[in-house]
Amino acid sequence: MLIKNYLSQQVNSASLAVFRVLFGIMMFLSIVRFWYNGWVEKLYIQPKFFFSYYGFEWVKPLGIYTYLLFIFCGLSALFVAFGFKYRFAIIAFFLSFTYIELMDKTTYLNHYYFISILSFVLIFLPANARISVDAFIRKKEYVSIPKWTVDSIKVLLGIVYFYAGLAKLNSDWLFRAMPLKIWLPSKYDLPLIGNSFMHQEWFHFVMSWGGAIYDLTIPFLLLYKRTRLLAFVLVMFFHVFTRVLFPIGMFPFIMIVSTLIFFETSFHERIINWVKKVFSVSTDKLQQVQNYQYKNRLSVGVITVFLFIQILFPWRYLLYPGELFWTEEGYRFSWRVMLMEKAGYSNFKIVDDVTKESFYVNNADYLSSFQEKQMSSQPDFILEYAHFLGDHYTNKGYKNIEVYTDSYVALNGRLSSRFIDSNVDLYQQRESFKHKDWILPFTDEIKIKGL
Amino acid sequence: MFKKIATLLIVSIVIISCSGSSDGPSGTTDNFDREAMLSNLANNIIVPAFADFKTKIEGLKSSAETFSQTPDQTNLDALRQAWFNAYKTWQHVAMFEIGKAEELQFVYFFNIYPLTVADVETNIANGTYDLNHVNNHDAQGFPALDYLLYGIGANDTEILVKYTTDANAANYKKYITDIVAKMDEIIEAIVNDWNGAYKNSFITSSGNTATSSLNKFVNDYIFYYEKRLRANKFGIPAGNFSTNSLPEKVEAFYKQNISKELALEALTAVQNVFTGKAYNGSTTGESFKTYLENLGRNDLVTLITNQFNTAKAQINTLDNNFYQQINTDNNQMTMAYDELQKAVVLLKVDMLQAFNVSVDYVDADGD
Repeated sequence: MLIKNYLSQQVNSASLAVFRVLFGIMMFLSIVRFWYNGWVEKLYIQPKFFFSYYGFEWVKPLGIYTYLLFIFCGLSALFVAFGFKYRFAIIAFFLSFTYIELMDKTTYLNHYYFISILSFVLIFLPANARISVDAFIRKKEYVSIPKWTVDSIKVLLGIVYFYAGLAKLNSDWLFRAMPLKIWLPSKYDLPLIGNSFMHQEWFHFVMSWGGAIYDLTIPFLLLYKRTRLLAFVLVMFFHVFTRVLFPIGMFPFIMIVSTLIFFETSFHERIINWVKKVFSVSTDKLQQVQNYQYKNRLSVGVITVFLFIQILFPWRYLLYPGELFWTEEGYRFSWRVMLMEKAGYSNFKIVDDVTKESFYVNNADYLSSFQEKQMSSQPDFILEYAHFLGDHYTNKGYKNIEVYTDSYVALNGRLSSRFIDSNVDLYQQRESFKHKDWILPFTDEIKIKGL
Repeated sequence: MFKKIATLLIVSIVIISCSGSSDGPSGTTDNFDREAMLSNLANNIIVPAFADFKTKIEGLKSSAETFSQTPDQTNLDALRQAWFNAYKTWQHVAMFEIGKAEELQFVYFFNIYPLTVADVETNIANGTYDLNHVNNHDAQGFPALDYLLYGIGANDTEILVKYTTDANAANYKKYITDIVAKMDEIIEAIVNDWNGAYKNSFITSSGNTATSSLNKFVNDYIFYYEKRLRANKFGIPAGNFSTNSLPEKVEAFYKQNISKELALEALTAVQNVFTGKAYNGSTTGESFKTYLENLGRNDLVTLITNQFNTAKAQINTLDNNFYQQINTDNNQMTMAYDELQKAVVLLKVDMLQAFNVSVDYVDADGD
């Protein structure tokens, strides 16, 4: 009864419409920026080899046509912003953006994942109810939409922040101020704060604890009207500050704009009125329909299941033995953002099993420096690369190939230690969701305790 | 309410947009003075080393001219000595591929080995060649002189014949003076640049960006150690990167018995930069070592220092002639490689993590 009651509640459609416009514009700018920086070429065309997600090995860059993919993605983002053929546009955006992200695991970022799942959710929401080209085409605007549609975005944002906060509840972050203790002093060249705060230990702790408390509380502060403005000030400050400190691209803009959805309807109505005035658009001739009604329960069903998965998915790491930060089994897709400083060095040895002749591989022959950096400290990358090398040398006519790695990793300022069992032939190991027992256990004296 | 939020939004977006790039020089009042480190590197190591190298190249040039006028045993010996002196000093500047040296890609004109003998002989037979051409990178510099002074005949008499009675004698002599002139031209440009405006811009570019001289220097240093020292001088000839050992790929293949001395010289240069030891003298200044100490990483300083020393000790057990060593007992050679390799991990993983220098410009959220 309670649920039925909730599902029938309606809210003003302005906030979701404004969200759609801003999201579309942000995504369009992100694609333009990505292209402008030469990253399409650098990340998806130049490399000879690409790292795939397990099960998505068929997703590869399209050579020079990768540019077409980006054009397609950018245009669909614009269509979303204008609310023109919205449902097609958002599906096109979701598919093309996700395809781009799946092309090479090297470029994985939590906020790209966030955009993928957010655009997935948007497929099921009537975000074109207002200020959209679609509204002019159907000559109808919907004044209100089901409340759960707006709430689903709030929940998603809440998950991102809250889980990012939970991930910070570990001894490295809270009691060693790691990795901020490494990162902040290297920002000595910032104006004003560079030389005064960045190398102070108390500052590292303030930032660590502050970051954790911020992430854990901000969804709630945004939810309540009385704390909302304060929360928004904090959101601004936090994201501006992280943007100054770290190369995180468009993420701060996207998060700041997204949190606007928590504001009152009147705020969004004023934005809409302002837009109408500036672009001299009149919606007077459009029929104003009171309630947007879904034809069936499919959408709400999909969103419910999807959000439920999102809540459970980050906990999958509990199913794996060993130290999460070390093995990274269940690390991704869990809002572990800016959480550790991990550097590695992995050298691969190709051995002929019969003659025992061997040689080392120069990684730069096959990987970009960015790919090599990512590969060196992550077991699934190491395994995939080992298989690539095995296949590559088999095709070149080498026989009885075994692939071994000499791999060292340093985590959060600890001394480097051996990472992968150097006696295991990685060419015989298969990728799976099972624990990779060839990762050597994390044995440093300074353990990591916490969630 | 609306106005407040809108103002906040605009202000923050402006701040974000303006803060995108944080390039450029800055004052250094925090507790480690990076400019002092760059200053020590430039004033006490890089500039004096380049100056010394220039002197040695000038000596080589005059010896080459004398030899080409009077190609006899005395002048051949003098030229060989000048070549050896310059080759040793080269080991102290080879890692400074920054500024003009980077722009001119100076290593191509000094020390690409193994040499392609066929290219050298073709150039000489033709009498015309473009030393700037990419095909001639492995046909000039110290390796070409190594061949022309030691490998061109079975003994000194045969070698001298090439420069006296051989049909192509004039071209042989011209090739020597031409490649030495090229080396001189390159080093002249580099030294002039350091003595001009570049030194100051090198020292003041102490920021943490992918293009600051501090970051580039750190990366160049590690690259040099890993590729040019560990791989080229040891790993490649010992067969670490191939199915079989390739002893003919040692440095100074034709002279042979100096490969160890050159390698040790290079390792000493690497150690000196790490500890900030002056090129002319024994005083030390701000360096990677003191930077690490300042970051509280004395553990790492000890490990790196010890590992360099262990590697050096192992290299010292090798034959003076690496070609010989590889052919008789390659095990010892690969053991030296392994010790050098251990330091790569410490430099590339631990030291880079401690400095947290930006290497590449792409978005990253640290995971």
